[in-house]
Amino acid sequence: MSSLNIPIYLDYSATTPVDERVAAKMMECLTKQGNFGNPASRSHPFGWKAEEAVEEARRHVAELIGAVPKEIVWTSGATESDNLAIKGAAHFNKKKGKHIITMKTEHKAVLDTCRQLEREGFEVTYLDPQEDGLLNMAAFKDAIREDTTVVSIMHVNNEIGVIQDIAGIGAITREKGIMFHVDAAQSPGKVAIDVDEMNVDLMSLCAHKVYGPKGVGALYVRRKPRARIEAQIHGGGHERGMRSGTLATHQLVGMGESFRIAREEMAEENIRMGQLRDRLWDGVKDMEEIYVNGHMDQRIPGNLNISFNFVEGESLIMSLKDIAVSSGSACTSASLEPSYVLRAIGRNDELAHSSIRFTMGRFSTEEEVDFTIGKVREAVTHLRELSPLWDMFKEGIDLESVEWAHH
Amino acid sequence: MAYSDKVLDHYENPRNVGTLDKDDPNVGTGMVGAPACGDVMRLQIKVSDDGIIEDAKFKTYGCGSAIASSSLVTEMVKGKTLAEVEAIKNMDIVEELALPPVKIHCSVLAEDAIAAALADIKAKRAATTKATA
Repeated sequence: MSSLNIPIYLDYSATTPVDERVAAKMMECLTKQGNFGNPASRSHPFGWKAEEAVEEARRHVAELIGAVPKEIVWTSGATESDNLAIKGAAHFNKKKGKHIITMKTEHKAVLDTCRQLEREGFEVTYLDPQEDGLLNMAAFKDAIREDTTVVSIMHVNNEIGVIQDIAGIGAITREKGIMFHVDAAQSPGKVAIDVDEMNVDLMSLCAHKVYGPKGVGALYVRRKPRARIEAQIHGGGHERGMRSGTLATHQLVGMGESFRIAREEMAEENIRMGQLRDRLWDGVKDMEEIYVNGHMDQRIPGNLNISFNFVEGESLIMSLKDIAVSSGSACTSASLEPSYVLRAIGRNDELAHSSIRFTMGRFSTEEEVDFTIGKVREAVTHLRELSPLWDMFKEGIDLESVEWAHH
Repeated sequence: MAYSDKVLDHYENPRNVGTLDKDDPNVGTGMVGAPACGDVMRLQIKVSDDGIIEDAKFKTYGCGSAIASSSLVTEMVKGKTLAEVEAIKNMDIVEELALPPVKIHCSVLAEDAIAAALADIKAKRAATTKATA
């Protein structure tokens, strides 16, 4: 019996549906009959009960990353956490130095935060990744200066899924006494995290990539040795003064529950994701002129980012209208630029324009993957029949040698 | 982004996809755009001795709007004289396909493809006239 629901969702790195178990817990924290109190209310049981739920959620988040609950600061999501961590640490240490190191393949929440700090007089080094998407450790060491105060490197890349050697970087930053921030929005439930083993000082987390709700995240702030940051949002002094604002019990409970489930089910889920990913790759890999973007092994199991040469990404997505995926080609937005991540790993514009990111998740099935394989093959074949570049390739013309009229 | 029904129609059922012999003296070929920019159009027209476009074929690498624009152009040019085709402007394509502002460059490219194909056939004809003169 067919259980195929069209369109098929294969964009789990963009966001995930909330797990039913998480939604059930969240719904207990909203209405008059539920746990609706303000966790900051100290004078009655409504507040105490809400605080209890929030602290339980904090424990679940801490446990997944090997932290203690007191090191978890609630935020509205990974973007806010990135802002708080990088600006907070840079501002706090500005008398010591004003140099920051990050990578060109970071999320915009990190890159745009760094751009803002540059406007404020900080200096930022944006390191190139290697062709496989990973940080070159020698280049990283060379970039460290006397006045470097903050290093911000993501754990798992959102586009190509590669996993950076966080422990390797952490060993260096700890030795040099530099604050190490990790944007880990994409990694919980997919890669084991231990902030002590990895020597991480600050780590951004969010719920909605882990089958939790949107609008909630956390920043891990190390206590020993203490990571000091300046608050960016001021108010009632919540979260030990680092992030004011009434705690959204239902959101936090949702994040806690999603992290609890992630911790329990991660090992099994990763095996299944790996099988689905391999199934997808096995179904398309014999096609001509296709390229996997990013290191094939040093990546999360649910991610497959492929460039289909001589086919333009936006038209491919249009052809795959029964499948929800995303393209490295940002033509669908106002900008016509190909993915900056793919450009940074050295893909030429054609290949960057031709890429599709498939990300599988908890509710993906073999049947969905098989359907996707068929549709992808059909669409690529059709679009190549329409493509003058494919004709030229087949005639043996080197496209690099052609003088194109750039417009 | 939402596409207009006309774009979707041309995209899903592109008209006149194919290749004409570029060495045929009656075929004009125009190839415009660049892979790096995300679109390349190749428009070919077959012109009769009395200057009527008898056939047109295209192949396009690009987004849905680029494919639709070039498909539409092949329909627009067929049966027209060279002078009539020269008068086709990108805004005719924008209006017919209801292209949004971010996709206007696709229509510009299609106009460029027409111009390039016309230039090619005119150059070929000038060369043959010279040779036979």
